[in-house]
Amino acid sequence: MDLSAQLPALIVIAPLLAAPLCVLVGNPRLAWGVALLTSVFCFAAALGLLQMLQHVDVLSYSMGGWAPPLGIELRIDALGALLLLLLGGSSVVVTLFALRSVEHEVALERQALFYTALMLVLAGLIGITVTGDIFNIFVFLEISSLSTYALISLGRDRRALFASFRYLVMGTIGATFILIGIGFMYVMTGTLNLQDLAERLPAVADTRAIRAAFAFLTIGLGLKAAMFPLHIWLPNAYAYSPSVVSAFLASTATKVAIYVLVRVLLSLYGAHFSLGELPFDKLLLVLGSVGIVAGSLVAIFQSNVKRMLAYSSIAQVGYILLAIGLASQPGFTAALLHLFNHAIIKGSLFLALGVVSFRFTGAKLADMAGLGKTMPWTMAAFVVGGLSLIGVPATAGFISKWYLVIALIDASLWPLAILVLFGSLLAVVYIGRVIEVAYYRQPARDLPRKQIPITMVGSLWLLTLGNVYFGLNTEFSLGLVSLAVSSLMGVGV
Amino acid sequence: MADFFGQFNYWVVVLLMMAGLYIVIASANLVKKLIGLSVFQASVFILYITFGKVSGGAPPILSPELEVYSNPLPHVLILTAIVVGVATTAVGLALIVRIHEAYGSTDEDEIDQMDDADDYPARK
Repeated sequence: MDLSAQLPALIVIAPLLAAPLCVLVGNPRLAWGVALLTSVFCFAAALGLLQMLQHVDVLSYSMGGWAPPLGIELRIDALGALLLLLLGGSSVVVTLFALRSVEHEVALERQALFYTALMLVLAGLIGITVTGDIFNIFVFLEISSLSTYALISLGRDRRALFASFRYLVMGTIGATFILIGIGFMYVMTGTLNLQDLAERLPAVADTRAIRAAFAFLTIGLGLKAAMFPLHIWLPNAYAYSPSVVSAFLASTATKVAIYVLVRVLLSLYGAHFSLGELPFDKLLLVLGSVGIVAGSLVAIFQSNVKRMLAYSSIAQVGYILLAIGLASQPGFTAALLHLFNHAIIKGSLFLALGVVSFRFTGAKLADMAGLGKTMPWTMAAFVVGGLSLIGVPATAGFISKWYLVIALIDASLWPLAILVLFGSLLAVVYIGRVIEVAYYRQPARDLPRKQIPITMVGSLWLLTLGNVYFGLNTEFSLGLVSLAVSSLMGVGV
Repeated sequence: MADFFGQFNYWVVVLLMMAGLYIVIASANLVKKLIGLSVFQASVFILYITFGKVSGGAPPILSPELEVYSNPLPHVLILTAIVVGVATTAVGLALIVRIHEAYGSTDEDEIDQMDDADDYPARK
């Protein structure tokens, strides 16, 4: 049998098998090697799947040879491939960075277990992306969430423990809500296969059970995606977890939750029902806007730079939800573009802070005085990432904000377009604070020079260059996103 | 009244669900929070198991004399969810042990106060 036909299954199984292997080898360096190899394999497999999608619209794989809808189906379309590339890519970069960062931040006896949890998170997130079965989504979600709790709790600060516990409580409530929603839909339709569900839902759409299921699913996924009023778990979880974990979670975890939300809204219920008949589009517009302003405003007043970026993430999720709330093709394009670009932006920013925390303990703003001179390369990367977050031309952030503003004007929502620009101005303020401290203040004391390992600087600059590349050359990202949107709209409307 | 007893299981589910969520929100003690979470999850287990019951249906074991069976799929699904629930409780309890070691307390309000004292030492 041709191996490439098995790729949809292998891309989940590889990290799932790598996780226990990391425990068995025990040695941190070897475990790191296993994790890196697996990440590279997943990235290569994602590229391979993308290649295969050139010829067909959808790749369908019957798990164990049982034909869907009775058997479990793995299903990958352009949107799935986009997410897989994002997951594989972030995993490679972050694992590369992890070698020295984890040695510095995590106790020796826990380092191999760190890579185990990292691989489990990767397996869970990839699983959510490839599966075509809604109950599978719940199971993979819990695989990734449980390992995420463990990863966050490995942070050096004791607050990491409490942040992790808080996330566990809220995440479990969210996942259980999703489970209730799935149950209601199963009772009404008798199927768990996403394709099959989408076909059977319209017949029973006008019942209270299906509406309740919709409410449970969107609230559960909103919790996981840190949709504005449900974001309380996020700031401390990002701020106190190890640097590697912040970078990986910021660029993948909330993104995958948004991916599932998009699937539920568009592929499952269809935009007509979810964003038209039910007023969820207006809710998304309001919550997205409030999230942008509130997240950015709170970010300005943070003294811990990691926490500042975490609040900024809530604002960025706001942009994506706002774009989805437009319920139009330009809106969805802007949402998915920002999903992709923001993953690169926040990944690079958190990695830059990872280098800073390699030198100091934590990432306090006061510590960063004069870093522009003592750590020029790291801070240069931070500045590029910051400019991209603001949305300066020639960076990835500009592209997605441009499309968002165009989409808003298209829908003649001028006030919201101005609000998006206002959000960018707030980003200028909070990124500006860091730049001011780093470049225009003298270092507080003479620090012993500490060599920054090449793996850390290398992976940081890989993402930073990605920021610039996707800002200048949009052919790849935009092409893939438009393909994903047209396949979504084709199914949904 | 017959309606009430006909949907007895669902009333229990709603009651447990609300009680569980209430404990999670209202209790400051982390262990109690976790217990509330477990009660909340258990209510969903019962909900699924009730879904699977077909009135007059036999246990789903193939037999020539029987024609109506209960639906076994929700039971299998919830078996997975129970495993997930056990794992969640285990991770949560492990975290509480570590929190107790680090803070010397399992009370949310006390921990919040200690975190505030770390964040703003001047105010103390």
